[in-house]
Amino acid sequence: MSTPDAGLLVALVGNPNTGKSTLFNALTGLRQRVGNYPGVTVARKSGTCDLGDGQKVELVDLPGLYSLAAASPDEQVVIDALSGNIAGDRRPDAVVLVVDSTNLLRNLFLASQVAELGRPVVIVLNQADVAKEQGLRIDTELLSRRLGGVPVVMSSAWKGEGILDVRRAIASAVANQTPMKRVAWPTNIAAALTDVATAAAADTGKPVTEAEGQRLLFDTNPSTADRLGWTLAQRDKTLRSARDRVRNSGYNPMAAEPLVHYAHLRIILEGVVTEGAGKAGRSAAVDRLLLHRFLGPVLFLGIMLGFFGSVFWLAKFPMAWIQSGVDWTKTIVAPPLDAYPMLQSLLADGIIGGVGAFLVFLPQILILFLFIGILEDSGYMARAAFIMDRLFSWCGLNGKSFVPLLSGFACAIPSLLSTRTIEDPKARLATAFVVPFMSCSARFPIYALMCAAFIGPLYGPGWESVVMVGMHCVGLFFAVPTAFVLTRLVLKVKPQPFVLELPRYQMPKPRDVLWRMWQNAAEFVSKAGTVIFAITIIVWALSYFPRDASVAERIKASNPTAAEEVVKAKTQAAYVEQSYMGRFGKAVQPVFDPLGFDWKITVGVLASFPAREVIVSTLGVTYSVGEGAKADSQHLRKAMQDAKWSEGPRAGSPIFSLAAVLALMVFFALCSQCGPTIATLAQETGGWKWAAGSFVYMTALAWLAGTAVYQVVIRLT
Amino acid sequence: MTPLSQLLPGQFGKLASLNPERGVDQRLMALGLLPGMVLKLIRRAPLGDPLAIEFGGQVVSLRLAEAENLIVDVSADCPIQRPRQP
Repeated sequence: MSTPDAGLLVALVGNPNTGKSTLFNALTGLRQRVGNYPGVTVARKSGTCDLGDGQKVELVDLPGLYSLAAASPDEQVVIDALSGNIAGDRRPDAVVLVVDSTNLLRNLFLASQVAELGRPVVIVLNQADVAKEQGLRIDTELLSRRLGGVPVVMSSAWKGEGILDVRRAIASAVANQTPMKRVAWPTNIAAALTDVATAAAADTGKPVTEAEGQRLLFDTNPSTADRLGWTLAQRDKTLRSARDRVRNSGYNPMAAEPLVHYAHLRIILEGVVTEGAGKAGRSAAVDRLLLHRFLGPVLFLGIMLGFFGSVFWLAKFPMAWIQSGVDWTKTIVAPPLDAYPMLQSLLADGIIGGVGAFLVFLPQILILFLFIGILEDSGYMARAAFIMDRLFSWCGLNGKSFVPLLSGFACAIPSLLSTRTIEDPKARLATAFVVPFMSCSARFPIYALMCAAFIGPLYGPGWESVVMVGMHCVGLFFAVPTAFVLTRLVLKVKPQPFVLELPRYQMPKPRDVLWRMWQNAAEFVSKAGTVIFAITIIVWALSYFPRDASVAERIKASNPTAAEEVVKAKTQAAYVEQSYMGRFGKAVQPVFDPLGFDWKITVGVLASFPAREVIVSTLGVTYSVGEGAKADSQHLRKAMQDAKWSEGPRAGSPIFSLAAVLALMVFFALCSQCGPTIATLAQETGGWKWAAGSFVYMTALAWLAGTAVYQVVIRLT
Repeated sequence: MTPLSQLLPGQFGKLASLNPERGVDQRLMALGLLPGMVLKLIRRAPLGDPLAIEFGGQVVSLRLAEAENLIVDVSADCPIQRPRQP
């Protein structure tokens, strides 16, 4: 990768839905780096951009936003980045403002706010092709003159047109350092701004820029004051009198900023845009169909079920390939190490198994992000949120929570990553917190095993399906009240208003969608992947050690006539029983006794905390039918059906009573048994606090619900 | 004078007043929804909430509860500034 010359930094800023990311990809040619801004879960995307004359700059793609008013973490990052207040980042040498050519007025509001920062500016009128189609002609020279001579260029990043002009314009902005014409504040507002900036500088001893002064005066959110360290006691009186001064001049202080900017822009845009003959966009017509009162929801359900059904279905094949790839690698690596059983097991079950444990999530992540990319870039995601919002708003979530929750039924990992599409941090956190309650595909094997071994034979296949469907609803049943309590009582963050632009429909650009899919997958592997790998190794060690060779000899001696396979299975069971995991399982069995679990189930439950699907193969080991057990294994079913309590008050009665079977399934429906989920939750919420909270809450809830089910059912049957 | 939440689908109006202290209204003002702006209620979501409104060449969704404080003058001679379909 080539490095930027002289460390020049250029920032890309713009409204959402302006094609900003497409332009970024076109300018950097995918030579990009993705990181995080310190302390917040906002991604920092940057890349090297050639300015056309061999000069290279670092281009940073800031989050899309409509206003600099600091109401969300994304907006705060943009303000901090443009002001040079981000640790390890310099102040940008130029700012590229990406503007939707079909709506100059609204887009230039942000540009006008950015002009207050006094940085050299380039205005890129993007989506020029759409404007042309609509018959809009824009006089870029006039606009450039009116804006104080800053470069104004037209481009169509989607079609790859005008990109060279953008590069040259950036070069000229960096060279000439021309700032954009600023708004003329009415005298009283200007005086109030000076008062605020002067008082803040005096009280904090720090330099306060004019732009910061505007944020202090105009924003209800105190984040700028907090960053400067201007306390409420210090600022209260100054702000009050400054705002009174604004009010006395005839402006509501909370409305003054947009009023003055928009008035300024209306004058600037006078005669810049001429409307000629052109086709009206098709979006309104498409919306009449897709947002229709009856057809809209039907089409919505069709699209969603189609998409997510295919995530499930399409991912099955590569997941099977990965699984057989992992198994094959084991068969290649293991035999030469027969003489070193510890090393063999570490390599095969620990390391290769650990890599496989997170690789197996990749197909679902890739396919889900491909679909989410298509939904977002086409403009349908906003419509989906519009249709679904009512169902989610009452419990503090919003329409954008729908996609993560639905995809949670396939797998929590990609669905946690997809909560990034929710702007409101409170709704994002609450959605991420309840996503693991959705009955993911890894819970399916234990439901299938229990239904096939007990529910089906005892009550018939009809009840099997009822229990299956019921188990998929258990999580949902607890998730909704959890979200309600979380957003109303626990999270004290002020909810964000749900104002959502329904953008123009557009054909997604394959390069952008594929590139974002790849970036998400790479981030998952580098962050969550390492944690998943570590957890797998730890659990391997706990169920391997200590391993006393005398165990194998004893089993062999006491089963002299048994087949080799039976001896092997019994030996494995005995090894697990006396491993740290087995000992621990026996020690904590009393904790799970109220749920009707014996020590073997307890070991299974403990061993499946890193990955719940492990329960089936662990039961296979502890019930001595070998570790290859699958949900449809006849041997395992038989062994479980025959299992009886050997001691205690329940001696002689079957371990897998209806009560215990239901308790086990409910426990698995609710318990936080997924290392990757915990790791991803920590990554997405910016710390271990919420991940730990989720783990404790879900596990406690699973125990309580399992106990309730067991105790009630055992008395009824 | 009518709250925006009571407009009928397809009905135009001119924004008479809003409450700049509220977060929603601040967002809408940033999008250019200032007093005097002509807007149109396009439709309600299938479940009745939220609303889709059009102003200044853009379509924006907002919740019923958030649209109650936006007061609209429906008698004003509106479609002069009729917003362009996006």
